[in-house]
Amino acid sequence: MQTPKQPLQVHHKNQTDLSAWRKGRRTDPEKSVQNHQSPNNQKNFSKQDSLEEAFSYFEKVQDRVSLKKNSVLQKHLTTVESIALQRGLPPEGFGVLLNVALSGKLADTVNTRLLKSLIPASVIPEDSVVSSVSWLCVSKCSGNVQLLFLKWLITVFDFIDHKEQIHALYGFFFSFLQDEKMCPYVCHLLYLLTRKESVKPFRIRKLLDLQTKMGVQPHLQALLSLYKLFCPELVTITLPAKMKAYFKNSEGPWKAAINAVRQRKQENSPAPRPLFLGTAQPQSRKRKWNSQLIIPASSKTKNNLEEDREKNHVDLYSTNESFPVEQLQTFSQLLQNIHRLEFPSQMGSVLTNPLLLHYMNCVKDESVSLRLYYWMGQTLQEECTWCVADSYQYEEEFKDFLENVYKAECFLQEGFSSCEEFLYKSLPLWDGFCCRSQVLRLVSWIPLSNFSEMKSQLYDPLAQLFFTSSLYFKCSVLESLKELLQNWLNWHVSHLDSEPDSEVHSLNTTLSGLVNVVAELIHFVGWISTVALRLENHSTLMLYFVLDFYEAVCDIYLKYNLPLLIMPPAGVFYPALLSMDSVSLNQLCYIMYRYRTNLVAAKENELSKKKILPFKFSSQTYQEYNQYIIAMVGCLWTSSAFQKDTHPQGLRMDDDLLKKTRVQEFRTSFNIVYHPAMMGYALLFLQQAWPDDTTFNFSLIKGKKWNWYLEYLYAQGLRGLKVFIESSIRRVSQASSSKAENG
Amino acid sequence: MESADGAARTLPSLGQLSRGRLFGRAHGLFGLSPSSRLLPPAPRSQENTEPQKIAFLLRKQWTLYSVTPLYRFSPACLRDYSRLLSAFIAAEKQKGLAVEVGVELDIKVAVSSLPDLKGSEQDQAGILVQLSLRSPASRKNSEEKLVWSGWFCCVFGDDLSKNLPKDFTCLPLFLANGAESYTSIVGSWFQKTFDCCFRRLTISPLSLSWMAAMWTGCKVDKTTSAMELVFSVPCLPYPLDISYAIHPEDAKALWDTVQKTPGEITQEEVDIFMDCLYSHFHRHFKIYLSATKLVKVSTAIASAHCDGIIKFLQSQYLTGVLMLLTELAISQIQ
Repeated sequence: MQTPKQPLQVHHKNQTDLSAWRKGRRTDPEKSVQNHQSPNNQKNFSKQDSLEEAFSYFEKVQDRVSLKKNSVLQKHLTTVESIALQRGLPPEGFGVLLNVALSGKLADTVNTRLLKSLIPASVIPEDSVVSSVSWLCVSKCSGNVQLLFLKWLITVFDFIDHKEQIHALYGFFFSFLQDEKMCPYVCHLLYLLTRKESVKPFRIRKLLDLQTKMGVQPHLQALLSLYKLFCPELVTITLPAKMKAYFKNSEGPWKAAINAVRQRKQENSPAPRPLFLGTAQPQSRKRKWNSQLIIPASSKTKNNLEEDREKNHVDLYSTNESFPVEQLQTFSQLLQNIHRLEFPSQMGSVLTNPLLLHYMNCVKDESVSLRLYYWMGQTLQEECTWCVADSYQYEEEFKDFLENVYKAECFLQEGFSSCEEFLYKSLPLWDGFCCRSQVLRLVSWIPLSNFSEMKSQLYDPLAQLFFTSSLYFKCSVLESLKELLQNWLNWHVSHLDSEPDSEVHSLNTTLSGLVNVVAELIHFVGWISTVALRLENHSTLMLYFVLDFYEAVCDIYLKYNLPLLIMPPAGVFYPALLSMDSVSLNQLCYIMYRYRTNLVAAKENELSKKKILPFKFSSQTYQEYNQYIIAMVGCLWTSSAFQKDTHPQGLRMDDDLLKKTRVQEFRTSFNIVYHPAMMGYALLFLQQAWPDDTTFNFSLIKGKKWNWYLEYLYAQGLRGLKVFIESSIRRVSQASSSKAENG
Repeated sequence: MESADGAARTLPSLGQLSRGRLFGRAHGLFGLSPSSRLLPPAPRSQENTEPQKIAFLLRKQWTLYSVTPLYRFSPACLRDYSRLLSAFIAAEKQKGLAVEVGVELDIKVAVSSLPDLKGSEQDQAGILVQLSLRSPASRKNSEEKLVWSGWFCCVFGDDLSKNLPKDFTCLPLFLANGAESYTSIVGSWFQKTFDCCFRRLTISPLSLSWMAAMWTGCKVDKTTSAMELVFSVPCLPYPLDISYAIHPEDAKALWDTVQKTPGEITQEEVDIFMDCLYSHFHRHFKIYLSATKLVKVSTAIASAHCDGIIKFLQSQYLTGVLMLLTELAISQIQ
């Protein structure tokens, strides 16, 4: 959002309105210009070209060119006018056009038309305004053009991207007060520009002089009353308490055009109007106020009337002792002022402010999280594009908001409970499409909680969407569930250290409770993976995401110090083992190697009794692991998968049956040479080892060649295979080729 | 839903990885309507209330909002709030011109307390905000015209208030009458000043049927007006509303046969009551009202529209109706 550069002033506070954030929004000129052109078609391209041509024409135009006689000027002028009215002008156009219009090179009719078409599409660069003021000082242009320029400046004041330099020109503007015609508009402009430090005794004197000269004028009174407000001690005259209107309406021709451009911009993003059935769809957009998604700008309003009571002056907006959050810009400021910092008046503004998020992390105040909880919960529900009718057009906005929430969660390494509740409420209604990546990322920050709750609130609706959606959706779900698992485990590890002090822990976070909940997540993923692999025909992409999840699972004991080891279900293991793709096989090898390392470590701990484990892995776990290892070694090394696999869902087949397949040498058809995922490597290896042999005699790979082949495979980057073979296969001797036992 | 037992709603949660989980969170309930509701306690005697203030709330259309707890709101500072709010309104109206706090302005703001508008002792007293326009012609105070009013209240809002830290004030229900532009300004000021959130509170057909049943059972001295239910037929290219008027005594007689447990109403009873009305209608008009959407209920007690608009008609049942609305507001907040 915007960074409030203006010094804190009592009265600016009263002016905060919705336009403040709109302004903030416009500060990304490129983006809005791009958005603007999003329905890019040929027409727009050519329009863009002709606008650029017009700009460069006006940049170069010399001396007076008569409009009537010059068709080129006519053409470019009409281009600028029509595009300005239709879409507004890009920021870079203002400098060029203001320069021409105020330099007096062209006729006044042209200048007027140019000024009238200065309608911003996004923002107006400060530079262009500063240079026009210098043109004004040399008064090359006529009085009418000067007046028009001032009116324009007042109207578009809020569109100027920065105002520091313009503030520096306060004195120049003030000198224009001399001009009787310009005086009312200059007063209005000064009214917009005035800060407390602009109020100087000599200026007050000047204004009073003018007043005696011109009589009591509303615009002079306005400026004087503002000065009096800032410095009551300097302005002693009495001013009428209230004026009907200080300034004439100087909106000129621009206001309507600006609004029209803005409106057109919103309409330009068409979306299919979803059909809303069912009951009482909340129609939030009917409500005009705070109907757009706003993360409030950080600003603090002191809200402690009782304290101020004694001072006999009630002022919500005073900032005496504490450090105003608006001025908080750097981390070192945060450190220096952390004792006298107060949170902004609207907690929602911490969301996009990393410094305040840091501060929030330090302050353990329940009212802080409670304020954020209520704000975020209501905003999420109110703006949810798939829950609230007519909000489809705000999807981009909602996406940005969810993105911000997610970033804040990552920053805090903690989920927001309001976000969790939002997900539970809205997932059953979600189409799995709207804001997909944002929603799935938020899922990864769901806090650890009771399983029965997780099942009905998260797993069930997620599974429904999962099974009925595309392959890519399935992969995204698996990815975010992996993140979820890792976030839970990280949370567990970080709370192991700080156990005694946290009250949080007293919420019956027993180790067994934690283990159960994590185990349920892993079982859930195992189940959906098994089904999804069959649905998606064992897609390699899918398998990659499934195995990626198990890469986190296999290391839980060693990496996260949690006594939990869950093997992948057969529906995951066998598709990976028999995959046609060496990447999956390699990944599986690595996973099985890590399982082994974890199990060995657990066994050692158990035997040495160094640590008295509250849990030990059941013999069933070891048995399951061993079954898989036998199958793997049979498949990759001993060519005995069909004989030795003991898993009930495994590969074991009777010889009679195998004979019926009429595959010759079925016994040797599964090892690192013949495995379908490896055969490509074997082929390349043969070509390199026996370049002249074209018979592709795979049986040549044995004995010493077998070892060479292994080295070749390792060199190809199959590191998972390497660590697996080196750990799980005990080689009787280097010479023995196909005799090996499982580990 | 029928089996959802009120007592079993809070599930013990294991561990916490989140910020601000909470205080009075109806866990796992998520806005579902409870399966039974207690009837509000017998109408309290209205002797010590300010009768004008209560009368002021009656027979007006109020638009409903839910409001999250107000942070650092102090009921002792209402006069200061009036001044600040009036300066804020003036600033909003003038858009960009500075406004001095405390000077006489076009719009007069009065923030006052509605001390008797509450249910239990824990409830915060209601707060009334009134905006009146000073006529520019005569600067005497007599010439004021009320242009907008709104009030906050909490009737038996213990669900929300019981675990709140003391910095928070629980006034979950807000009702506004007048131009929406004023609602927006006043709402924005409250949102900015007390870090709260306003949301329109709509009433689901289920809640409307509860209201129909609950209000049918209430005794009114003179039963003059008919009970009216308005249904809208969904999925039509043009709007079609069906109005179903029932003589209040007939409705009461039906309800008395349905309602069994004294002092309590169950979802089942409400369903039976509505089903009876539907089947009666079907007998005569061959239209299944159960396939339409209930959009409005009017009785002698009050009338309510699904868009979240309510009109109170009987002062002695005011707190009873507010109790139900408070409950709905709280379920939207939590």
